[in-house]
Amino acid sequence: MEHDPFKWGRPDNATYGDYDYRISNAKNTEFPSMHTQQPIVTGTSVIAIKYKNGIVMAADNLGSYGSLARFSNIERLIPVGKDTVVGISGDISDLQYIERALDELEVENDYDGASHPFKANHIHEYLNKLLYQRRSKLNPLWNAVVVAGINSDNEPFLAHNDLLGVQFSSPTLATGFGAHLAIPLLRKVADKEEDVAHVTKEQAREAILQSMKVLFYRDARSSNRFSLVTIDKDTGISFEKDLKVENMSWKYAETIKGYGNLQKF
Amino acid sequence: MFRNNYDSDAVTFSPTGRLFQVEYALEAIKQGSAAVGLTSKNNAVLVALKRNAEDLGSYHKKVIKIDDHLAIVLAGLAPDARVLSNFLRTKAMESKMLFNRPISIQKAANLLADKAQQNTQSYGSRPYGVGLLIIGYDESGSHLFEFQPSGNVLKYKANAIGARSQGAKTFLEKNFESFDDLNDAELIKNGVEALRQTLKDSELSTSNTTIAIVGKDGLKIYEDEDVEPFLEQVTVEEEGGDDDAQDGSGDERMEEDGAAQ
Amino acid sequence: MSNTIASEYGHTDTSVPIEHRFNPYSDNGGTILGIAGEDFAVLAGDTRHTSGYSINSRFQPKIMDLGDDLVMSANGFSADGDALIRSFQQQLTWYHFNNQNKKLRPSSAARLIQHLLYGHRFFPYYVHTIIAGLDEEGKGAIYSFDPVGSYEREQCRAGGAAASLIMPFLDNQVNFKNQYDPATGQARLKTYLKLDEVLNLVRDAFTSATERHIEVGDCLQIKIITKEGVREEFYPLKRD
Repeated sequence: MEHDPFKWGRPDNATYGDYDYRISNAKNTEFPSMHTQQPIVTGTSVIAIKYKNGIVMAADNLGSYGSLARFSNIERLIPVGKDTVVGISGDISDLQYIERALDELEVENDYDGASHPFKANHIHEYLNKLLYQRRSKLNPLWNAVVVAGINSDNEPFLAHNDLLGVQFSSPTLATGFGAHLAIPLLRKVADKEEDVAHVTKEQAREAILQSMKVLFYRDARSSNRFSLVTIDKDTGISFEKDLKVENMSWKYAETIKGYGNLQKF
Repeated sequence: MFRNNYDSDAVTFSPTGRLFQVEYALEAIKQGSAAVGLTSKNNAVLVALKRNAEDLGSYHKKVIKIDDHLAIVLAGLAPDARVLSNFLRTKAMESKMLFNRPISIQKAANLLADKAQQNTQSYGSRPYGVGLLIIGYDESGSHLFEFQPSGNVLKYKANAIGARSQGAKTFLEKNFESFDDLNDAELIKNGVEALRQTLKDSELSTSNTTIAIVGKDGLKIYEDEDVEPFLEQVTVEEEGGDDDAQDGSGDERMEEDGAAQ
Repeated sequence: MSNTIASEYGHTDTSVPIEHRFNPYSDNGGTILGIAGEDFAVLAGDTRHTSGYSINSRFQPKIMDLGDDLVMSANGFSADGDALIRSFQQQLTWYHFNNQNKKLRPSSAARLIQHLLYGHRFFPYYVHTIIAGLDEEGKGAIYSFDPVGSYEREQCRAGGAAASLIMPFLDNQVNFKNQYDPATGQARLKTYLKLDEVLNLVRDAFTSATERHIEVGDCLQIKIITKEGVREEFYPLKRD
């Protein structure tokens, strides 16, 4: 006799085998739950360079839906606390998720009476763990992230982080197309860590503006409107929004030689 | 023993608004041997009296390292302290793993407080029977906190817990204003002197004294012969004093520093 | 549900659409090399960090000092390498808490790393791991691991991108493979190399690997373990 009233009137396990609970637990929706397999709305390159006393970083304001320039006023440089800015490229919804995660982190950290604000290296470590954990669940946050700021030793800090949890640091950093187009220009200004001591804020800023122009010329997913941030260890963060790529030339390149069958060796 | 109707669990208030089980837990601290904590601008120090249950046995560990910048000293039930210290070690590591920064002392103290508080609000659980002094050094300097099983955590310039700690407290209250500018050796000296005030008919020795100091350069714990220089310093200055009797087993109360090592 | 791809009815859909899946791995290049001497061990690696043809960083050192006179490097997919080393360091902290700060021996470290790697047997850490230290007798010890935890103590081992370029050179120069006395035809007897000889071998190995492998270059990091402790040296490599 079956003593469990919940099993009365059901097919007998001994005869028909155990009931497969996946059937009753199955979701009654059109699609199964899915992990991110590709980015949807995307932001293109973030570029950054160190100078003697800090870092200059820039990213444009475009959110692309494939080849469609879908959103034209996306802010991809996110300040975190008083001395960190996080620049994010890749999927915009994941960007906004990270933005919220960082905001939550700060609120949580402020609960303790004594203030122990996060520095740039702490934010970078946290994002690295977050991105690596998500890739390990095969459910990545589809972004490349540049963390720029001042670290716990009060020195400029610049590090890169991507959807796989791969992390590295360098005097010049760029995501996406910027890695191919901007990095060679930026490395002319600061190639080694030792070079950084000789780079002024103005030189760094100029190199970033130049790189943003080249990126707008050559990257079809870029726009001419961008934000630029300067993080200085003495004067802190200064944000410049609504900048435009200046002094472009779209003239016919009549004086340029060396293309196609005109090439001379 | 005294008994009343409102002390059989930790969640029922007495009509006068007291939680007797929690108050009894605070009594357990007083059964443990004394421990002193004090801070200067650059350092935080613990000095503690170790007890051994019998002459042939080893001394109970008093100071537990949590991280390179953080340590606790316990008075009361040692096994409870082990649970709390393992919890805190995990949290300290989590901070290093997630943020690559040492956990702040305030945060560490608050985490312990929250954990202890939970035990005062769920039926069938027992408050921790141990009091702690927490010392540490972080980006905002040196810190000393007292932890109580009631879930209270308070910041101190100097404090003492455990059996006959009132003597040490009196000493500290008299002298704490001069501590801020002391160097590490002077601060330890004051700690040792404070601990002396808790003794009745025993002496501080290399086998019953533990000293810990934390500062910019990290945590150092002194035990056994390593405490000798600090004891000598004190005895030289005040000769005469108390005459030695018996060994350093502290007071006549029940041994409560549990056996786990 | 319209996306049925198989059922008990044989004539329904049999072709499956091509799936585009997220690839959780990448290769970040670089090469590492460990050599054990009689009373020392060295572990060296270049500091270039790459993705495909891009140089992400010219200076991203990957030989880590673990304390207890042990050094470690996990070369390959750098996110996994970093994660492996961090979890090892955390285990080591607990080992110290639970064993009165006892120093971890290289042989014990090696066994622990085997378990960390094998624990990910079905989603492996994509790294070639090498540790270096001194054994109980004070002799140099190198342990090397495959991605899923097989390990062996060796006199020398190269790992990573240019391992196949460096290893045969090491076989010849450290273990004297294919070296014969022309007069007697006898194989050259094995002897320990001195530290300066080993350092020269390491530097030669890396300059050569830099010439022939695009993912190797920029800077050479060498950690040297002797009974005095661990010290570190850096040498420039070609940056092209």
